[in-house]
Amino acid sequence: MTWNWDVARDFLPELLDGLLITLQATALGSVLAFALGLVWALALRSPTRFVRWPVGVFVEFIRNTPLLVQLFFFYWVLPSWDIKFSALTTGVIALGLHYSTYVAEVYRAGIDGVPVGQWEAATALNMARGRTWFVVILPQAIRRVVPALGNYVIAMLKDSPMIALIGVTDMLQKARSEGATSFQYIEPYTMVGIAFILISYPASLLMRALERRLGH
Amino acid sequence: MTAGLWEHWLLPGIWITIQLTLYSAVFATLVAFGVGIARTSRLWIVRFLTGFYVEVFRGTSALVLMFWLFFVMPLGFEFQLVPMWAAVLALGLTYGAYGSEIVRGALAAVAPAQREAAIALSFSPAQRMRRVVLPQAIPEMIPPFNNLLIELLKATALVSAVSVADITFAAQLSRLATGESLEIYSIILVLYFVLAFLLTRAMRLLERKAKASIGQAPPPGNGLLAKLTKGPARTAANRSGTPKSADALAPGGAK
Repeated sequence: MTWNWDVARDFLPELLDGLLITLQATALGSVLAFALGLVWALALRSPTRFVRWPVGVFVEFIRNTPLLVQLFFFYWVLPSWDIKFSALTTGVIALGLHYSTYVAEVYRAGIDGVPVGQWEAATALNMARGRTWFVVILPQAIRRVVPALGNYVIAMLKDSPMIALIGVTDMLQKARSEGATSFQYIEPYTMVGIAFILISYPASLLMRALERRLGH
Repeated sequence: MTAGLWEHWLLPGIWITIQLTLYSAVFATLVAFGVGIARTSRLWIVRFLTGFYVEVFRGTSALVLMFWLFFVMPLGFEFQLVPMWAAVLALGLTYGAYGSEIVRGALAAVAPAQREAAIALSFSPAQRMRRVVLPQAIPEMIPPFNNLLIELLKATALVSAVSVADITFAAQLSRLATGESLEIYSIILVLYFVLAFLLTRAMRLLERKAKASIGQAPPPGNGLLAKLTKGPARTAANRSGTPKSADALAPGGAK
């Protein structure tokens, strides 16, 4: 193993540029996943099966197929329908959609965990259905699943290098282009791997601490 | 999609994906049990090292690890793996780390009285693990292992990035050859879904067997289709599934 610090120093600014894109994709993807996940979770509780079943099938399908293939699907198929996005936007949509199916399951668990008395109290106070959901149920449901949601953000961060494969210049793509131009592979790839550990390990410690605090 | 594309790329691709999933799953299972059991060790150094391994491999991205094994290992250590085995190694190490947490959790969930009873009967620690703790912990591990197996199947798509000719790689070649992106990617998404469905059914069967062997009944309906049918409404698929599971319950319950 011949580690060259000069190469590492030269690559560092590139890595930080890539990191910004990686974090951006993860943050935007998370926002999309949280919003879409809520839509799926509510639709899966719809009183009519004509909403429940199609949404259920769609969510199961997305969850049980690889994110990478979905990414390629969006990247290659959407333009042929004249829907044109940048590679980063496509990546964010794919990440967000894929993780929304997991997040829906998290919301479901949170909603199930709200005591029945809360529903009954809302009914007794003659609250409208929408108001019951958004003022009574969801604030309590989401509070208790924050750590689980955080864990999916970390998982998404670790899946985000896939967007390099459609050409987004995230950390992995920076390492790949560094390798392609200067034949330096050791330092860039190792640094990218370490960068992921340095971000995701403290983040997972934070989630564990949060879990302990919200658990009581 | 022409017959030629199917014959030369897609069908071999499916076979490669299945092989990758099986090999990685076997490797990951070995790692998961080894590390999961080692994390309950009395020696702090063993606990520390295995804990470090789990945090590192859970912390990094499987794709980055795969690139690292593919590009850095040959240069840095003059040790080159066939792409297929580099992929199996990356997937097995990553998912082994996730799996070890499942093993550890299931071992910890075995009632302490069982362990105490085994000590009272003067079982050696190895006997205790093999004859008392593991047989009770394994059925508990199967449902989370099923989820992990689906994740692993999905992660095998990553190997196309290091030019292993799996389904996703075949799809890319087919797209370049024909330009029919919609058709090709829809087909392979369905292929992956079917594979995931088959794996889930197989794991359900395994769970039923494992639970029956220690005289427990599996909880009804947590398969892929059963999940779609929450609430009072049940689909035909679930209805046809219920009698089958009721049959399977009888021997376990009778024991």
